[in-house]
Amino acid sequence: MSIASKYKALSKFARTNIKTYGLVIIAFAIMFPLQSAGMLNNSISGQLVPICTYIVLAVSLNLTVGVLGELSLGHAGFMSVGAFSGVVAAAAFQDSVGSDPLRLLLAIIIGGIFAGIAGLLIGIPVLRLRGDYLAIVTLAFGEIIKNIINCLYVGLDSKGLHFSLKDTASLGMTNGRIVLNGPQGAVGISKIATFTAGFILILFTLFIVLNMIYSRTGRAITAIRDNRIAAESVGISITKYKLTAFITSAVLAGMAGALYAMNFSTVAPKKFDFNTSILILVFVVLGGMGNILGSIIATTVLYMLPELLREFADYRMLIYAIVLILVMLATNSTKAKQITENLKLKIKGIFIHKNNNNDGGEVTDNG
Amino acid sequence: MDKMVPYPSGAIVPERDVEKTPILETHHLGIDFGGLTAVDEFSITVGRTEISGLIGPNGAGKTTVFNLLTNVYQPTRGTIMLDGKQTAGKTTAQVNRMGIARTFQNIRLFSNMSVLDNVKVGLHNSIKEGFFASITHSLGYGKAEKKANERALQLLDFFSMADMANAEAGSLPYGAQRRLEIVRALATNPGIILLDEPAAGMNPSETAELMENIRRIRDTFNIAVMLIEHDMSLVMNICEGICVLDHGKIIAKGTPDEIKSNPAVIEAYLGKKKEADGNA
Repeated sequence: MSIASKYKALSKFARTNIKTYGLVIIAFAIMFPLQSAGMLNNSISGQLVPICTYIVLAVSLNLTVGVLGELSLGHAGFMSVGAFSGVVAAAAFQDSVGSDPLRLLLAIIIGGIFAGIAGLLIGIPVLRLRGDYLAIVTLAFGEIIKNIINCLYVGLDSKGLHFSLKDTASLGMTNGRIVLNGPQGAVGISKIATFTAGFILILFTLFIVLNMIYSRTGRAITAIRDNRIAAESVGISITKYKLTAFITSAVLAGMAGALYAMNFSTVAPKKFDFNTSILILVFVVLGGMGNILGSIIATTVLYMLPELLREFADYRMLIYAIVLILVMLATNSTKAKQITENLKLKIKGIFIHKNNNNDGGEVTDNG
Repeated sequence: MDKMVPYPSGAIVPERDVEKTPILETHHLGIDFGGLTAVDEFSITVGRTEISGLIGPNGAGKTTVFNLLTNVYQPTRGTIMLDGKQTAGKTTAQVNRMGIARTFQNIRLFSNMSVLDNVKVGLHNSIKEGFFASITHSLGYGKAEKKANERALQLLDFFSMADMANAEAGSLPYGAQRRLEIVRALATNPGIILLDEPAAGMNPSETAELMENIRRIRDTFNIAVMLIEHDMSLVMNICEGICVLDHGKIIAKGTPDEIKSNPAVIEAYLGKKKEADGNA
């Protein structure tokens, strides 16, 4: 059998895996040597870690919006929880854990755990709501998190961590340093995030999300999206699986948030506002609901776009918006769909033609 | 068909089931929506392998009864006993696990999923695959999926649908979608299956096939079947016990022959008493 027909004979899960992991690994294999050889200009190499985190955010949000089918507008809130708990964790382990990658790993895990707890706390009351109501409550949650962290002060001295919601003075430290400084956010972060760590986090996210979609858990979640009443009638606990999807999504967003924060020396809470949630949602919608590969591509392209449009100076956000609208129209109009279908058929035609030349009628038996 | 005989309580069931606890029993079941009484004083008994029918004019409250039995609605009054156990306060999903499955009047498939996956969703509670097995695809994932696939294909094959396993459920022809809904409900391993207008939109040959399938379901899975249906030839042919509902109240209960000649039934269907031609 030729490679093309072998590929077609694989299960949908295997094909999705090959496409998705393949793209990510190839992209890393190209970018990593360029980055380590210093051949990328500053603006691009500075975007590598943020792109990785936004890919993780988009993929994880796709689990809630695309696979579970519930609109969440508070994804930046989970990112924020992960970012700041990660920063505090990294600061706390500064002396005890010497190795940077290990400290980063700890920060990411703790960021994920705290975001997961936030996901659980918000998910239990909120997932009883549906549609617009859920969207509004998650939006409010994002704002609440932002405002809490805005007045959260955390300091570190020889006695350990100190927390306050008032000001730095009430932390009661004599020596030691401030880790979170209210509206200024996290200050003096040791920049330990690397492109490789981002790449590994993307692989981890894909592993969790893709495996989950093609499993008993994923089927239950998709069933709830397709028809909630029917899913209930076959014995699927709606709350349990909605929470599963929501918390998994929150944990991954928290991990991404921790990685994101470790890429900068200061991170302010207002960075994780409503606009950031919407930005991630735009990546998901443009990439296609439930389409993980689409999320990855849309995130990369749309995140780089403002950079590439820099020469248009003041007009770049205007052009960005126009491009968004055009892509939206192109992917949703029936005519555009027809054109892509025709293209697909033509490409398939070429392959089948080749196969027939190579190994006769063998291709006909794999449906 | 077995003779219908009475329980000590007076409810009639097929003779073969009379020694066993009825699969489903309701006592004075009723529900109000606001000030409107949709169903009232609904008391029935269904034997463990009985095929029973729930008929009545449009708007009589038949689907509301199904929604009560599956706890989609919580009853205002009365009790439901499923296999001798009360279902009060349980969720729809929990009641399904207790042994009641259903299909819907307007088809509710997971239309973006494959036929096989639809059945595997039905098998959800019999697949032993936890969250960590799901996200790692190990820890028994392979074994659980293999077993689920085999069982799903076996069930599909029962309705000659195995060759459609990989098709998208929403793309199936109408009749096949109705059959798939039944397969999915059967996959949950119920003690009683509720079919809401299974013959709606079917032609006579499809209806005949459906009738045969309903009997096969009862005989193969050894379960009770309860159906709502407007096709009287189907109801009179396969149902052992029939319950007629009008304006939310039971107006007649009995065997097909008793129902056919019941004046109250004829009046409910035709408005006022005329010469009865036996087919109501």
